[in-house]
Amino acid sequence: MTGRAERIGLLALPGLSFLAVIYALPLFMLLLKSVQIDGQFSFAEYVAFFSDSYNLSVLWRTVRVALLTTGLALIIAYPTAIVMARAKGFWLSVFLVAMVLPMSVGVVVKAFAWTILFRTRGVLNDTLMSLGITDAPIRMLFTETALIIGAANVFLPFMVLPIYAVLRQMDSRLPEAAASLGATPVFRFMNVTLPLSLPGVVAGCAFTFSLAISMYVIPSLIVGERQQTLSMLTARSFLYLRNEALGATISSILLLIAISVVLTSSWAANRLGARQ
Amino acid sequence: MTGTDRLALALSWVVALGCVIFLMLPIVITLAASFTSSAVYTLPPPEWSLRWYQSLERRSGLWEAVTLSLNLAVVSTAISLILGTLAAIAVTRGSFRGREAIATFTVSPLMMPGLVVGVALLQFFREIGLRDAYVSLLLGHIVITLPFVMRTLLASMAAFDFSLVDAARTLGLSYPRAIFQVLVPNLAPAYLTGGLFAFLASMDNYPISIFLTDARNKTLPIKMLQYLEEQPDPSLAAISSGLILLACIVLVIGSRTVGLNRMIRG
Repeated sequence: MTGRAERIGLLALPGLSFLAVIYALPLFMLLLKSVQIDGQFSFAEYVAFFSDSYNLSVLWRTVRVALLTTGLALIIAYPTAIVMARAKGFWLSVFLVAMVLPMSVGVVVKAFAWTILFRTRGVLNDTLMSLGITDAPIRMLFTETALIIGAANVFLPFMVLPIYAVLRQMDSRLPEAAASLGATPVFRFMNVTLPLSLPGVVAGCAFTFSLAISMYVIPSLIVGERQQTLSMLTARSFLYLRNEALGATISSILLLIAISVVLTSSWAANRLGARQ
Repeated sequence: MTGTDRLALALSWVVALGCVIFLMLPIVITLAASFTSSAVYTLPPPEWSLRWYQSLERRSGLWEAVTLSLNLAVVSTAISLILGTLAAIAVTRGSFRGREAIATFTVSPLMMPGLVVGVALLQFFREIGLRDAYVSLLLGHIVITLPFVMRTLLASMAAFDFSLVDAARTLGLSYPRAIFQVLVPNLAPAYLTGGLFAFLASMDNYPISIFLTDARNKTLPIKMLQYLEEQPDPSLAAISSGLILLACIVLVIGSRTVGLNRMIRG
């Protein structure tokens, strides 16, 4: 049987070699290109990138938007996941549809819908004005707040579902047992529910952050060219400026951020798993 | 239940219901905007009308973009299902080292910035002299769809009883036939879920496709963003509504056959 078990491993070859050639190799070549100038090893492109204050402001904006988006999504997602994990029947279906339907509708469609909502003479301003909250329409489209709201909306299911999955597996008798032993609600939450849900929170935050740091369609529709992000700068340097060296450097920075998020989150998930 | 408990629960319900409304908002807005009679986006529409759906006929290149996107989504998902089945069997049943690493590697494109993969593919294809836009797009879309398929297949194969395949083998079926007649029907929910999400991801992809298109091969998302720049009238909401309808059909198929709860567990 060992012979067959070894031969079964060969079945992975077509898929693996495909991804090795059409995914890993191109990414590796991109990284290589970013540290080479005329075939010579050099970090000059990175030095040039980091010594330009405009690039730094774009980098900082990208990270800030991704962090705030992740934070906003977490604040909405956590209570929702708790309610979902206890819901049954009709309400469970409502929550599931509200997660899966927006996930199935594309980013282009949703980002476009947010531009309709955020228009100066759009639904949001009309509502705010009829409620008497403001007298004149507020400029919302092309602001960072609008971007964060739109992005959190698009990535929200990816934050709710991992937390929901771990809470659903948690034995609902655990908090009850803690309560019967006299634990206060706050103590129960801090010492039972929260620690058990942390692996889901880590997974959700890592996924949302890595989506938000590299999003392209959402910022180009909601904030446009005026406020660049790293992805938009990459696309622009390739598609319009034809400055491929700059593009390769920025994409490598994005790639390194994504890889470090993946590694850090799997390390954190392992530690949390080991502690329980 | 203490008072604090009740208050916390009530607050959680308020957030959860707000979350449902927040999530459904873009979909409702798009549908409402598509049925307007007005030439600009005013909500609620002054009068309901189908004029923007009728105007879609006059959009140049729309039909070509729709067929190209459907073509890419179907073909790349089919190829991914085949490659994914083989690789998932190898990882689940094989006895070689590094199976965990292979599983992580095959799912990893999900976490990589799409735009960076697109840029890398653009340069790579240029380097090897691949000029055909359709082939480039197809290869790129297999990279998009494969991780969705791998994620669900790996999870469901881990729970599959492979002695069924061995039993079919002792009854005289060849290994490929045993896989196709025993394993695939048993894992139908995983195939459906992985396949549907892969299909939708391919239909929606912009960041990878934008680097691989040429003037004649434009996918639907690329065409939509181009329309948005050139002529942003409510016909775009009509196209979007068509895509929402497609997502609804996919979901009805999924929930009837697999169940929503199983779909999100992947």
